[in-house]
Amino acid sequence: MTAQVITISSGKGGVGKTTTVANLAVALAADGAKVVCIDGDIGLRNLDVVMGLENRIVYDIVDVIEGRCKLRQAMIRDKHLTELYLIPAAQTRDKNAVSPSDMTRLCNELRPEVDFILIDSPAGIERGFRNAIAPADRVLVVTNPEVSAVRDADRVVGILEAEEKRQTGLIINRLNPVLVKQHDMLSANDVLDLLGIQLVGIVPEDEGVIVSSNRGAPVAQDPKSRAGQAFRNIAKRIKGEDVPFMEFGKQDGLWDRIQRMAGGRKA
Amino acid sequence: MMKWFGRKPSAESAKERLQLVLIHDRTALTPAEMTALKDELLAVISRHVEIDPDAVQIQLEHDGRTQRLLADIPLRSVSRRRAG
Ligand SMILES: Nc1ncnc2c1ncn2[C@@H]1O[C@H](COP(=O)(O)OP(=O)(O)OP(=O)(O)O)[C@@H](O)[C@H]1O
Ligand SMILES: [Mg+2]
Repeated sequence: MTAQVITISSGKGGVGKTTTVANLAVALAADGAKVVCIDGDIGLRNLDVVMGLENRIVYDIVDVIEGRCKLRQAMIRDKHLTELYLIPAAQTRDKNAVSPSDMTRLCNELRPEVDFILIDSPAGIERGFRNAIAPADRVLVVTNPEVSAVRDADRVVGILEAEEKRQTGLIINRLNPVLVKQHDMLSANDVLDLLGIQLVGIVPEDEGVIVSSNRGAPVAQDPKSRAGQAFRNIAKRIKGEDVPFMEFGKQDGLWDRIQRMAGGRKA
Repeated sequence: MMKWFGRKPSAESAKERLQLVLIHDRTALTPAEMTALKDELLAVISRHVEIDPDAVQIQLEHDGRTQRLLADIPLRSVSRRRAG
């Protein structure tokens, strides 16, 4: 095995990086891959609660880097998926405890053991972001269809270009099909046009995401959730499968529903 | 949501505004620098040929992730005036 290292980044805060990491990790692991997620948000640890693993933490990433424990000891196994692990961020320590070369070394140690290493980047374009992208083979930039999130995503893409990270992909999160339909939200095509990088997925606004975070069970595990489906599709695309993009808005039309019930069109 | 008659949909405004902002972010050119660039460019060109400053269009455009400066500078025809 030699893992692919994928970093999830965004520029702007709160657009859904942590949600994306948790869901892609669950979707990839549920599909049989061996996955390790790393919370790169030192001082603002969150991935553990979103994944429901907060009570199992003993050691964190800084403990590994400073040699207080073995890498294995800081890898927390998921409650349900036996091939899914989390390396939590340190909560109390200074942000400068981790350097880009520490991250690269840690990932190189993990690479032979797993299929995917997913890194949750902090918001911004400073040290934590630099740490998160240092070992990345691929960077997925998450944005929302909204002016400031798109602008900040463009800054991140510009930095990645300058660093010659060529494998970049775009995830448009929290798309609201109703608002898009009434021309009060940028469409996925608008965002793609503006940012000019490859689209990897579109995730709709979905209350289920918040409900599942409350429970610590990522929505990708819910077969009925639209957002869950979107994350499962992204996981498949990461593995190289050609999955068509979901058509949002379509399912909202009464006529489309009638047609589908009548078997006139595939959902 | 209330829609005012003849008012541009907000998504369209967002896209247009972002298009400009991103070009300026990417090129690190401020709108003021852009105006200065246009003025200097026109001054240089009009030293050699006769142009109509009002018909000139100079703008930054983007195509995917590459930016280009597009200049459309109609020249006043001298030869036709001579012939006529
Ligand atoms: N598709 C979605 N539908 C509804 N809510 C969402 C969706 N995606 C994310 N959220 C919610 O948005 C909030 C921010 O998400 P998240 O913490 O994943 O963002 P982040 O980019 O990691 O933030 P930070 O920059 O602070 O690390 C959370 O409350 C999350 O539940
Ligand atoms: Mg986060």
